[in-house]
Amino acid sequence: MTVPVHLRHDETFVLNLGPQHPATHGVLRVKLTMDGEYVVKAEPVLGYIHRMHEKMAESGTFAQFMPYTARMDYLHALAFNHGWALVVEKAAGIEVPERAEYIRVITVELNRIASHLLWWAAFLLDLGGFTPLLYAFDDRERIIDLLERVTGSRLTYCYLRFGGVYNDIDDEFITGARDFIKRLRGRLPRLYHDLVTHNIILIKRIENIGFITSEQCRRYGATGPVARGSGINYDIRKNEPYSVYPEFDFDVPVFDEGDSMARYMVRMHEIEQSMRIIEQALDKLPGGPVMGKAPKMLKPEAGYYYSAVETARGSLGHRLVCNGDKAPYKLKLRSPTFSNLSLFGEVAEGMMLADALAFMGSLDLVIPEIDR
Amino acid sequence: METSMWRALLYLVGLLIFAGVNAAWLGWCERKGAARIQRRIGPCEAGFAGLLQPLADGLKLMSKQLLVPQGVDGIIFRVAPVLAMIPAITSMAVIPFSENIGARAMELSVLLLFALASIGMISILLGGWASGNKYAIISAARSVSQSLAYEIPMLLTVITVVLISGSINLREIAIDQQGGFWHWNIFRLKNGHFLTMWISFIIFFICSVAETNRAPFDMAEAESELVAGFMTEYSSMGFGLFMMGEYLNIVVGACLTATLFLGGWDCPFGLTPGVWWFVVKIYALIFTFIWIRWTYPRTQIYRLLNLSWKILIPFSMANLLVTAALIKVF
Amino acid sequence: MSGYWSDIVTGGKSLVTGLAITAREFFRPVVTEQYPWEVPTMTPLFRGHIELIGSEETGEPNCVVCGMCQRACPSGCISLDGKKNESGKGKALTRYILDFTKCSLCGSCVESCNFNALRFSRDYNLVSFDKDDFIMDLMNRLEEQNRCKR
Repeated sequence: MTVPVHLRHDETFVLNLGPQHPATHGVLRVKLTMDGEYVVKAEPVLGYIHRMHEKMAESGTFAQFMPYTARMDYLHALAFNHGWALVVEKAAGIEVPERAEYIRVITVELNRIASHLLWWAAFLLDLGGFTPLLYAFDDRERIIDLLERVTGSRLTYCYLRFGGVYNDIDDEFITGARDFIKRLRGRLPRLYHDLVTHNIILIKRIENIGFITSEQCRRYGATGPVARGSGINYDIRKNEPYSVYPEFDFDVPVFDEGDSMARYMVRMHEIEQSMRIIEQALDKLPGGPVMGKAPKMLKPEAGYYYSAVETARGSLGHRLVCNGDKAPYKLKLRSPTFSNLSLFGEVAEGMMLADALAFMGSLDLVIPEIDR
Repeated sequence: METSMWRALLYLVGLLIFAGVNAAWLGWCERKGAARIQRRIGPCEAGFAGLLQPLADGLKLMSKQLLVPQGVDGIIFRVAPVLAMIPAITSMAVIPFSENIGARAMELSVLLLFALASIGMISILLGGWASGNKYAIISAARSVSQSLAYEIPMLLTVITVVLISGSINLREIAIDQQGGFWHWNIFRLKNGHFLTMWISFIIFFICSVAETNRAPFDMAEAESELVAGFMTEYSSMGFGLFMMGEYLNIVVGACLTATLFLGGWDCPFGLTPGVWWFVVKIYALIFTFIWIRWTYPRTQIYRLLNLSWKILIPFSMANLLVTAALIKVF
Repeated sequence: MSGYWSDIVTGGKSLVTGLAITAREFFRPVVTEQYPWEVPTMTPLFRGHIELIGSEETGEPNCVVCGMCQRACPSGCISLDGKKNESGKGKALTRYILDFTKCSLCGSCVESCNFNALRFSRDYNLVSFDKDDFIMDLMNRLEEQNRCKR
C-alpha cells in the first residue's frame, strides 16, 4: 500500500513465514517483523535446500554436472542445461551444428513458456484464485508432453549435450509445437486476460504495489522480468546474444511502472514473444546432424570462462575456472532469483502482509535455484 | 398443548436433519462445482459420483485426535467451533420455508437473524484469539473489521425491504411478495421500486458473501497468507465444525436473500407457490456462491473496507433515501 | 471522481465477464485423466530406471563389463562385477546393482554404453515402504524377463 503509515517500532512481533508456508513456494523462510498487519522488516533466510551444486561441479567431470543443472531451476531446466553447455563449449572450443542450435532454442523457449505459465498459476494461487491454476496447467501439460517426446523426462531435463542435443526432433514434435502455439494463442485472450488480467480484483490487488525502481534493480543486480518491469531494457538474448537468437525477430517487453502489475505484464508479453521465436525457428529449421564432434573426455585449457543465458527469471551466469583437468577447477553460478529475492527486504518494508506476499509472488522465486 | 409439543419436536428434528445434510453435502457440491469449473471430475471414488465422500470425510475427522496446543485458552478453544454451528442452526428456526412450513414466525425475525449472524462472527474471533497463534490472531482481527464494515450496508439494504413491506417479520415480507416475479422485491413494479431494489439486491448479495467469509472476501482464512487463518490450530471435528458452520451460514444467507428479495416460496409465474420454489431459489443462490468463489482471486483487506465504506455504504444510503422517497411520492 | 465511476462500471463488467468464462468452462468436458483407471500413453523415449539388454539368442546380457556406465554416472549408482570368460576372451557380467535411490535419470550410462547393453525400462509405478527395494539387481531382472519371454 502506498499510503504512508506511521509504524511504531516499539510494539512489534516476529512472524516466521516459512520454511513451510504455502506462500513461499518451497523452503524459503522470511523473518518478518510485524506491526499489526504491516511489515516493519523482512529478512529472507536462505539455505534450507542448499545442496552445494558448485562444489558438486568440481567433484565430477564436465558431463557429469549436466543432470544437476536441471535440479537448480526445475521450472526452466533447459535454460540451465543451456547455460552449462554454453560455458563448457566455450572453454573446450566445441562447435555446435546449426540444427542443434535451433532445437536448443525451440525447446528452451517452450520451456520458458511452461515456466511463465506455472508462475502465472502459482501467482494467482497466492492471490487466492484457484481456477486459473488448472487452466494454466492444462496448457503447461501440453508443453511437457511435447518435451517428454524429445527429452525423455518431464521436469528435470538433461537434454543438451556438449556439441549438440541428446536427441533429434521429429515431424510429430514440430506439428505438435505448432498446434500448441495455435491453441495457446486462442486461449490467451479469454482464459488468461479476460478472466484474470482485466479482473478488477486482480488489478486492484497488484497495481501500484511493490514498486521497484530501476536504481534498486541495478543496486541489487536484479535481472529478467523484474528488471524489465522497472524499465531496464536488458535481456541477455538481445544484449549479449548467444546461440542463434540474433537470427530471430522478437521484442523485449519493457514496462516502466515498476509495480507488480508491470512484472505481470512483462511475463505475459514474454509468452507471446517466445511463441514468435518458436514459430520462426520451426520455419527456418535447417537439416543436418544434431550432434557435433566433441571428445568423450573434455579437458579444456586452463583459464577463466564466462557465459550467460537468459532464463525465465533473469540472467544466469556461469563462471568457470579450468586448470586443464577433466573436472572444473571452480564453478561460480550467478543465479537470477538470488539477486531478485535480495530486493524483497527493502521493498517489502511498510507493506501489509497480504501485499508483501503478492509482491513476493510477483518476483517469481524458485528456491532451489536461490540456494543451489 | 399436546400437538404443539409434537410440532416443536418435529421441527427440531427436521431442522437438524436439514442443517446436517446441507453442512455435509454442500462440501460435496462445492468440490464438484469447483471441479467442473476447472474441468476436472472431482470426488468420484466414494460411492456413486463420490456422494459418500462427506461421510468418509466426517468419519476420518471424527477418528482424529482433537489437538489442543499448549498454552491456549482451553475452554474458549473448545467452545468456539460449537459457537460457529449453533447460531447458524438457530437462525433456521425463523426462516419461513413456505406459507405453512416454518418453525416459528417471530415478529422480529429479521432482527434476530442479524443478531445471530453477529454471534457467528464472535466464534471466529474467539477461535482465532484462543489459538494463541499469530496467523490465527491476524485472521481474527481481519474478520472482525470485515464484519463490522459489512453489517452496515447489509442492514441499510434490509431497511429498504422493510420499508417496502412494512414489516420486520420474514414471513410477512414473503407473503407481501406473492403472485409472480413482478411482485418480488427485486423487480417490484409497484411504486417503481424496481428502480432501486436491484441495486439493493446486489449490495445485499455482496455483503452476504463477505459476511460468510467466502471468496473473494475470505481474508480471514486466506490460505496463501495465513495458512488457515483462525482454523490453523484446529484439528479433527474442531475443524469440521468450523467448516460445517461456514456452509450453514451460506444456507442461512441464501434463505435470507431468497426471502427478502426473491419472493420466498413464490412461483415466478404466479402459479404454484410452495416449498419447492424456495429450495430451488436457495440452491441457485448457493451455486452462485460457489461459482463466485472459483472465479475470482481474493481481494485485500483494505480494498474490502474501501469497497464497503466508499461504494456499498454510500450506495445503500442513497438507495434508502430514494426508496423512502418513492414510498412517499406514490 | 471520474475514476470512482469508471472503476465501478469497468470493474463490474470485468467481474461479469469472469463469471461468464467460468460458466462456459463449467459445461465443457473434463481434461484430466483418472490416473489409476486411465493410464497415459508413454512416449518411446521415456526414461525409467535402466535395465540390461540380453542377446536375442542366449538371453545373456550384452554387457562386456567395460565399466563405462559406472564411470559416466554422476551419482555413483552403478556397481558391477564380471569374471573372465572361459574362452579367455572378454568378460562376462556376474553382478549389476543399480542404486535407484541415488539415480537422477540423466541417461549418461545408456549413452556411454557402446555395446547396446543398457536401455531405459518402462516402469514408473515405483512405490515401496522399504528403501532397499530400490537397490535393484539388474541381473535378476534380466533373468526374470527371459523367463517371461519363454
